Amino acid sequence: MDAIRQQFFDFDIMRQAWPMLLEGLVMTGLICLVVIPIGLLAGIGAALLSLSERRIVRWPSIAFVDLFRALPPIVLLIFVYAGLPFAGIRPSPFEAVAIAFLLNNAAYYGEIYRAGILSIGRGQSEAARSTGLGAGQTMLYVVLPQAVRNVLPDLVSNTVEVVKLTSIASVVSLAELLYQADMARSVTYNASPIVAAAGIYLVILWPLVRLVSRLERRIAA
Amino acid sequence: MTRPSTSSIAADRLVSDARAERGSILELIALHKSYGPLDVLKGIDLKVKPGEMVFLIGPSGSGKSTLLRCCNRLEEPTSGAVIVEGEDITAPSVDLNKARRRIGMVFQSFNLYPHKTALGNVTLALVKVSRLSRAAAREKAMAALADVGLADKAAAYPAELSGGQQQRVAIARALALEPKVMLFDEPTSALDPELVGDVLDVMRKVRAAGMTMLVVSHEMRFAAEAADRVVFMDGGVIVEEGPPSAVFGAPREARTQAFLSRVKH
Repeated sequence: MDAIRQQFFDFDIMRQAWPMLLEGLVMTGLICLVVIPIGLLAGIGAALLSLSERRIVRWPSIAFVDLFRALPPIVLLIFVYAGLPFAGIRPSPFEAVAIAFLLNNAAYYGEIYRAGILSIGRGQSEAARSTGLGAGQTMLYVVLPQAVRNVLPDLVSNTVEVVKLTSIASVVSLAELLYQADMARSVTYNASPIVAAAGIYLVILWPLVRLVSRLERRIAA
Repeated sequence: MTRPSTSSIAADRLVSDARAERGSILELIALHKSYGPLDVLKGIDLKVKPGEMVFLIGPSGSGKSTLLRCCNRLEEPTSGAVIVEGEDITAPSVDLNKARRRIGMVFQSFNLYPHKTALGNVTLALVKVSRLSRAAAREKAMAALADVGLADKAAAYPAELSGGQQQRVAIARALALEPKVMLFDEPTSALDPELVGDVLDVMRKVRAAGMTMLVVSHEMRFAAEAADRVVFMDGGVIVEEGPPSAVFGAPREARTQAFLSRVKH
């Protein structure tokens, strides 16, 4: 029992590791701040393109979405970071993370928006068009607001996944929360910093997970 | 200058014919609509005079709703012309969004925007299409809601309104844009019987204000009382038309007689 406490819950070591963990947390926050807004926007783009009436637009968009939904994100990240230099492109770790998440997020958020847009009946856009609103205005003011409301739980849920997924940035040595915790572990020969990092993820994400449940209940009501 | 194609010459001639004919505000010329092998409209010619209220009646599948939806090109006519105030709105050069402002439409299922209040439903196109200021749009929308007797419901969301109230908001949404023609696609079919009267009252009021109206409806008694003209369609063609007294009182065609005897029961 005491051994478990020493190896996993050594509060002295956690306290020592705290500055490192905090640095990592800031980086994780920074990654989220970049990849989540971009993903939410790129997802709308992906959804609109994959719903286009023109086949020449729709098919490549659907292929794009399928590809990046099927590709493991960690494979994508390592390819961008370690593969692209063979083509003369050398992204920094942060850039590599941003690119990989942009592609992955556009595909995932895109599918969510697409389902939302398809859930809105044709009568809505017909009514809007009959008052002289253009196709773009109809999408922006009539269809999208309703679509987003219908899939809000899925958008938040996917955002939780994205926050968790930022930990894969550690494989390209980006000093985010998991990377810093693992560094602290190797310095202290103790697993407590990892446990502390897990605790931090939990504290941040648990309220979001609760929010998803509440949103789902509200929509079901 | 490129040489105009023969079809556009034909269209020009049709347009000038329509202009010459002072009488009509909405004119359909040789309108055809087909879905693949299925011909829904087989050549419709119809002229509607300013201020006229025309009822389209006929069995389901006769093409009445398709005809109505071709008038603002929610359905794309396969061939033929739709002329509104002398402008052929099926011409390739036409600004469809602009043309649609002159043609209001009311739908069977209301199609109010559920995420906007009654007022928001009416102001959207006033702000985004007519480019009115928020204040001016609000003023105009409130006047339109007052016209349909729902000024006190301006802040209500569609889910908080009865079907009849929703349909009246939908009428206000179309009227606020000051259209020249109003299309009604079975405006009372989705309503509980006790709510039909309010919507019909509003339609009477719109008519009294001089609006040109083209109505697809099964409210035969309302048609008999309010319509200037009744058009009976069957199988994608106009079978018979005339004043309600003639079409309802003494139908000439066997198909009209058969239809009317069926709906009377």
